[in-house]
Amino acid sequence: MTGPLLLGLYAFLLACFVGFELISKVPPTLHTPLMSGANAISGITIVGALVAAKTTEPTVSAILAVAAIAFATINVIGGFLVTDRMLRMFGGKK
Amino acid sequence: MTAATLANVAYLLSSALFILGLKRLSKVKTARAGNQMAAGAMALAVVGTLVEMETIPWQWVVAGVVIGGLVGGIAAVKVEMTSMPEMVALFNGFGGAASAVVALSIFWGTGIEGLDGAEHQIVDLRTAASALGGAEAFTSALSIVIGALTFTGSIIAFMKLNGSLRNGKPILLPARHLINGLLVLAGLGCIAWFTGVAAGPDQLLTAVGALTGISLLLGILLVIPIGGADMPVVVSLLHSYSGVAASAAGFVVGNPALIIAGAMVGAAGLILTQIMCVAMNRSLVNVLVGGFGEAATAEDARDYENVTSTGPEETAMLLESASSVIIVPGYGLAVAQAQHAIHELDQELEKMGTTVRYAIHPVAGRMPGHMNVLLAEANVPYEKLVEMEAINGEFATTDAVIVLGANDVVNPSAIEDPQSPIAGMPILNVHEARSVFVIKRSLSPGYAGIKNPLFERDNSMMLFGDAKKMVQETLKELREL
Repeated sequence: MTGPLLLGLYAFLLACFVGFELISKVPPTLHTPLMSGANAISGITIVGALVAAKTTEPTVSAILAVAAIAFATINVIGGFLVTDRMLRMFGGKK
Repeated sequence: MTAATLANVAYLLSSALFILGLKRLSKVKTARAGNQMAAGAMALAVVGTLVEMETIPWQWVVAGVVIGGLVGGIAAVKVEMTSMPEMVALFNGFGGAASAVVALSIFWGTGIEGLDGAEHQIVDLRTAASALGGAEAFTSALSIVIGALTFTGSIIAFMKLNGSLRNGKPILLPARHLINGLLVLAGLGCIAWFTGVAAGPDQLLTAVGALTGISLLLGILLVIPIGGADMPVVVSLLHSYSGVAASAAGFVVGNPALIIAGAMVGAAGLILTQIMCVAMNRSLVNVLVGGFGEAATAEDARDYENVTSTGPEETAMLLESASSVIIVPGYGLAVAQAQHAIHELDQELEKMGTTVRYAIHPVAGRMPGHMNVLLAEANVPYEKLVEMEAINGEFATTDAVIVLGANDVVNPSAIEDPQSPIAGMPILNVHEARSVFVIKRSLSPGYAGIKNPLFERDNSMMLFGDAKKMVQETLKELREL
């Protein structure tokens, strides 16, 4: 196994543990916003979509990359906005 | 500093911010800041990637971001709070689709367009493993499979949640376990074939087509047998998948921020799935096999005896004399959009000196924490929402309980009848209260498809009608008293 792959697997494993630890103590009130917020985080795949769009030629791979960027952006923008809308209701009334 | 170093610093900072953001998202007071922090981490990772890219094809980037930003932004601002479960399912599907399409695009760019030997008059017969690298080829296959399955699975979950697919009822194909088992085997075979066997553009295209097709089909078939009320579990699980798909895409492009953020989301989704299953006292396998509630004989009003029906006026009179009231909301509250009405009733009762609290069952509604979001929208302070374990001991000393569109989560069969399909499921012990008002459209069974003996109890009274309308009428009577 090569260096970068091995390091990637270490990062993956450790991040899984961090995720388990962070979420296991969440109060039920926050389950919906948490799901929607974490869902927005999974839109991080937009980074991969940007890398995929490496040519200016209208090739199949470039068109697929545009689709990937669009899907990921829906997830990111929509996800963070909708989570903020929910959380504003939770905190903003005192 | 070179562009690559700068980008790596950005990824490192971004990963740290994601972890801090997720940590803050798990506490009520800091949740909003946590969400904003995660959004900042995302922006940082995007900037880092743009810095690292040698040439940026701006027309593609702008086109994708404008389309996605408009669709996502408008949807996020317009969606009703009652429709939040289907919205989250849909967004989740798009996340899965994005990861699958990223892998497809990279594969196409390197594996098909990169292999095109037409101009050299020779046909390049390399496999995906030798063109992309072994690990990259394998993680591309994983990303395509998990992403595509998440996409169609989430679309089906979305359609079940908004009732457009058979009103959320399970769809049971004959021999479905055999079909799914064969598809899984075919999918695994395709992963191996795509990664290391298929050589040259023609075979690779066939392999990737088969892989994508099988995964899309599997996503549909795995979710259709599961009923609408089990969707919280399904959406949590699919949510975990979309994280894993993103992480796999991270291995393909070699981006650590993507690997880390994806893995955390994957783990978070699994934990939520586990919480939902425990709350229903069912195993994950039992939920995923599907068909829950179909086996039970559909029972209707004829099976009920001694049901006491009442009206808003009598309800208002009894509520007026109560010193403590507990409201138990369920999916019916969301369907009738009764959250604002019930809060008005709650405030009117508090004005009269009555203590009012809300008892929240962990699986009430169609999404973990669904009731909390709806009641927060109606400005009910979250201190008044009490979890099941904390409030169950107090029903016995409560004067009146209002069950608003909930059914299975208050069914005493779960603790009294060991033969019941829901035996052992933790329930809210509303039957112990002095009087119970059940607001429900009819005596039709809930999701589990079974009779609810609560309705026959001497201390129970049924208010038949739309949840919102009945609450408003009771409030009117209460004000006129």
